[in-house]
Amino acid sequence: MTDATASAEPLADLPATAPTGSKNRRASSNPWARAWRILKRDRPTLLAAAMLAIIVLSSLCAPLYASYVSGTDPFRSSLSARIMVDGKRVKVMQASTEGLGLGVSPIGPTWGPQYLLGADTQGRDVAARLLYGGRNSLLIAATSTAICLCLAAIVGISAGFFGGWVDKVLSRILDILWAFPVYLLAISLSIVFISQGIVIGPIEIRADSLLLPIFIIGIIYVPYVARPVRGRVLALKESEFVLAARGLGIPAWRILLHDILPNVSTMLIVFVPLMMGLNIIIESSLSFLSIGVQAPDASWGTIIQDGQTLLYSRPAVALAPGIAIVLTVLSLNVLGDSLRDALDPRTKLV
Amino acid sequence: MTTMRLKRLARRAGLITAGMLLAQTALSSGALADERADLMAKHRGGTITLAAVSAAGTVDPMINYTAQFWQIYQLTYDGLVKFKQAGGTDGFEIVPSIAEEIPQATNDGKTYVFKIRKGIKFSNGKDVTPADVVASFQRIFKVKGPTTGSFYNGLVGADACIADAATCTLDGGVVADEAAGTVTINLTAPDAEIFSKLAVPHASILPADAPLADAGTTPIPGTGAYYIDSYNPNEQMVIKRNPHFKEWSVDAQPDGYADEIVYKFGLTEEATINAIINGQIDWMFDAPPSDRLAEIGSKYASQIKIDPLAAFWYAPMNTNLPPFDNVKVRQAVNYALDRDALVGLFGGEALAQPTCQILPPDFPGHVDDCSYTAEPGPEWVGPDMEKAKALIEESGTKGQKVTVIAEDNAVSRGIGTYLQSLLSELGYDASMKAISPNIQFTYIQNTNNKVQMSISQWYMDYPAASNFLNVLLSCASFVPGSDSSINISGYCNKDLDAKMKEAMTLALTDPDAANALWADVDKGFMEQAPLAPLFTPKSVNFTSARLDNYVFNKQNRWLISQSWVK
Repeated sequence: MTDATASAEPLADLPATAPTGSKNRRASSNPWARAWRILKRDRPTLLAAAMLAIIVLSSLCAPLYASYVSGTDPFRSSLSARIMVDGKRVKVMQASTEGLGLGVSPIGPTWGPQYLLGADTQGRDVAARLLYGGRNSLLIAATSTAICLCLAAIVGISAGFFGGWVDKVLSRILDILWAFPVYLLAISLSIVFISQGIVIGPIEIRADSLLLPIFIIGIIYVPYVARPVRGRVLALKESEFVLAARGLGIPAWRILLHDILPNVSTMLIVFVPLMMGLNIIIESSLSFLSIGVQAPDASWGTIIQDGQTLLYSRPAVALAPGIAIVLTVLSLNVLGDSLRDALDPRTKLV
Repeated sequence: MTTMRLKRLARRAGLITAGMLLAQTALSSGALADERADLMAKHRGGTITLAAVSAAGTVDPMINYTAQFWQIYQLTYDGLVKFKQAGGTDGFEIVPSIAEEIPQATNDGKTYVFKIRKGIKFSNGKDVTPADVVASFQRIFKVKGPTTGSFYNGLVGADACIADAATCTLDGGVVADEAAGTVTINLTAPDAEIFSKLAVPHASILPADAPLADAGTTPIPGTGAYYIDSYNPNEQMVIKRNPHFKEWSVDAQPDGYADEIVYKFGLTEEATINAIINGQIDWMFDAPPSDRLAEIGSKYASQIKIDPLAAFWYAPMNTNLPPFDNVKVRQAVNYALDRDALVGLFGGEALAQPTCQILPPDFPGHVDDCSYTAEPGPEWVGPDMEKAKALIEESGTKGQKVTVIAEDNAVSRGIGTYLQSLLSELGYDASMKAISPNIQFTYIQNTNNKVQMSISQWYMDYPAASNFLNVLLSCASFVPGSDSSINISGYCNKDLDAKMKEAMTLALTDPDAANALWADVDKGFMEQAPLAPLFTPKSVNFTSARLDNYVFNKQNRWLISQSWVK
């Protein structure tokens, strides 16, 4: 059994109406090449990919922006700082001079290199924090997605392939996790671990570590991916090429590695952008509730929380990360849909 | 001879002046009474609508320990004595309420005999009797009120009541004489603050048949000008005129202007601000949100009232955990704090003032003094980062991990973020954690949680230096492993403890000398810096355009019953 055979096999499940011409046979001989051809012709997909690339690249450039453009430390309070605006030296935190002189407001968007989007309640540059926050939000979303898909693949494939008591035990564990509303589970776990962190033997995850939200978010969506993976494996297990491999006496681990996994991988890849989008939203929600990313680190969720008290006077502080989340998740969803259409021929043909 | 004549003339002049003054006082009090009667006739009626983000828990005056409901209890309940219902620092004066007068101490300062006024009725129509007073004091222990062990443990028989609340009789501690209409209170030792403790709502006089458990949401009849008609913590509290009330002391329980007071719960601060602007709500308990301050301070300046509070915000530092077990680190934090920046986080200098002392300004024992500033003197002028950094270097603690625990609300989280940033600047690996306001206060008190630094506030219960210094920093207030260890810093200094005991004893005979001693204690604590005072807050009250006659009492804040909306 070869990789090529394995990866070509899902097409054997296609209905009789599937195209049979030689060109189509060549196109479907490699699903990756076929997917790439479809994706690069799809304008919304390219637009989404470009937008995502810009967001990711901008976030990666956060230290450069903070050092060479804004010239501020986005993690240090600058409550007494002054900056030059239109040739005048002004305070970053400005006390009201009208009426009774109540309230101190951070400077609004200057549309210049320093404090482009204004300052937050600590006098920190919102634009610099937005980029740093993007780094953390994307990092958490990506790594928790990887953890989730790895765990889901292990659990789903094991349950589906081995069956019997392995399937029963793993499926019941998934049922238990599934029984909790996903946000309730995430909030509960975060509240439990946020006070002391996690200590498992020699492994210690500090309460303010990014690993904590990564770990929590990585776990909560496992049933949502593992279930369909298990179903796919159950179907693959009964397919002719797997039965043939078994008949030839090929060991189970080789069947898993060479026949099952490649056929499940396309499905997992389709999940990547969709899960990342979901994870960005859940990370932002947890951070907004103070149980995700902890100060002094920033994420889009924490910046929205910072801006919550300034919605009336300085809406840009909350709006900017909100828009960043919308654009990122939108891009990921468009990419996810396109990937699914490109990689899963049954969806296309049904 | 000439001298004699001069003396006689002076005496005559003195007598004439005294006579004139007496006449003036009589006339002015009569005039005041007439004026009040006129005002009452003119403005009596209407409904005052109050709002708060949330209710403050149980309605039981012997259990509730919140400024929010203590304000309500001023018009619904009375103790034997009460803080005067007057504006400003006059509110610190203690006046007789259910008692006819404030008695003199006998038995070496351990016994007080209170004559109970006749004719006072509860809102259920029953007369107040000495038996009700005795039952009320027993009830304090039976419902296990939060100040049972701190305010009322000096009553004879209190120890037995604390040990076994169900069988509490306060035998020999609070004794009624129905025939004479008196109640005698016996203490185990003289207590200079006993009247203050009797004047707070926990010592309210309730009917003898009041339930012997937390009343929860079922109001207990009281003697005030108003009574709580209904209470739903998720919706509202309705307060109505007490049909059996007859004003017996304008100082203790003045009649109110509004016919009804409705206290709504569950509105956000933003929604409440809008409702006040629109005239739908008359006052909000919570501080206005920071991003609306500039707007209401300029557009609705006449509806804003700013009053000083006897309180302070501070950062307790755990003196039993590194790095704050080193006095140099604690002093460094005090030097490094930019208190002006912290005032800005609270809303600006109109709403708070920097402080580096524990006792608030205009408070007994307070003497202006600040060591932790760029130019040490009577007041804070600016941070001294150089000195702070030098002290940190000397301490050898640089690089250690420090976590600041804040409440998860805008101001506390802002201060926590600032402190985290400051500690990082001083060389520590600092982080900040904001936890729910519902649990933060107990969390930071419990030593098991190993809290290094936190943010807290203290608002006085009554005007005495001990209510800050002894409560917050005495050795007895430090209870390791307990959620009720109000000495959050865990600091115990036997010398200062002894000095505080001396000051409390001295207060019985020489209050001025006692206050001078308290000032020394305040300075002594600040030399050791178990905490970092941040600022003294002010009360910001935003009222509707129709609400008038706003009177702010420094003890109990806005006197709701003395305002009118008609």
